[in-house]
Amino acid sequence: MSAHPHHHPHPHQPDLEDRPYDHHQLMAEALGELLIEKGVFTADDLRRTLEAIDARSPADGAKLVARAWRDPAYKARVLADVNAAAGELGIDAGPIPIRALENTLALHNLVVCTLCSCYPRGLLGLPPDWYKARAYRSRAVREPRAVLAELGTRIPDEVEIRVHDSTADLRYLVLPLRPAGTDGLDEAALAALVTRDCLIGTAVPRSPG
Amino acid sequence: MSERFARGALVRVRSIHPPGHVRTPHYLRGRAGLVEAVAGHYANPEELAYGRDGLPPRALYRVRFVQAELWPDYTGAVGDTLVADLYEHWLEPAS
Repeated sequence: MSAHPHHHPHPHQPDLEDRPYDHHQLMAEALGELLIEKGVFTADDLRRTLEAIDARSPADGAKLVARAWRDPAYKARVLADVNAAAGELGIDAGPIPIRALENTLALHNLVVCTLCSCYPRGLLGLPPDWYKARAYRSRAVREPRAVLAELGTRIPDEVEIRVHDSTADLRYLVLPLRPAGTDGLDEAALAALVTRDCLIGTAVPRSPG
Repeated sequence: MSERFARGALVRVRSIHPPGHVRTPHYLRGRAGLVEAVAGHYANPEELAYGRDGLPPRALYRVRFVQAELWPDYTGAVGDTLVADLYEHWLEPAS
């Protein structure tokens, strides 16, 4: 018995080239080719730069948070200068200054960039698509509690929500509250509780188990 | 380098609408807030965007606003706030 006779067409996943290039893709391709042709940089430089960008990950931010939870002196250095504190862990967070926003029992921080998509890429890598979408950018400043609730994060009314619109030369990283029941955990286990969204402020770390 | 406003100063975002690449969101124009911190001095990105040098550097401020004052229909908690990074030439004293 043939459960799946092939008499019908399968819907196919289009290849990248099946969609027309838009204006910005074409311009980016053309500019990249011209700069290589004129010797401003090489194709290998460009590839290595893209590779370095893709190598950044929220895991680096999580590692920094876990260390700060366990070491108050390190936490003070994180609050003073994230880039330098990341350097102590062997993480190069790049030249753009990153500042930490510390959550407390009375304050929850949330990061957005209403103008474009500013994000601490040097530390966390590329932002998620929703971070760049108009829906998040417009609603996070105007109704942060509704946005958080839709993402499953409920912050009690007595806790102040402070939205940070990163409009200029600084980038922001949320330093979340350490969840209860984590006293015995080592740094790696603590870091595993800190997801990307905890570092943006759209989620909070959960107690294990 | 010096700054026109100190931490704790009450400032108002200028209600102007120049064309081009500006870094001050529309929803903050004309609104008053408190200077939470001076965040340093940076070349003016509104000039850098057009290939100019952006000099002299502009003081950058972390300015804190009360959400209920920004949005008349704000539905969150009364204590909720918003902080934006604003360059000195966008701010004037508020009384």
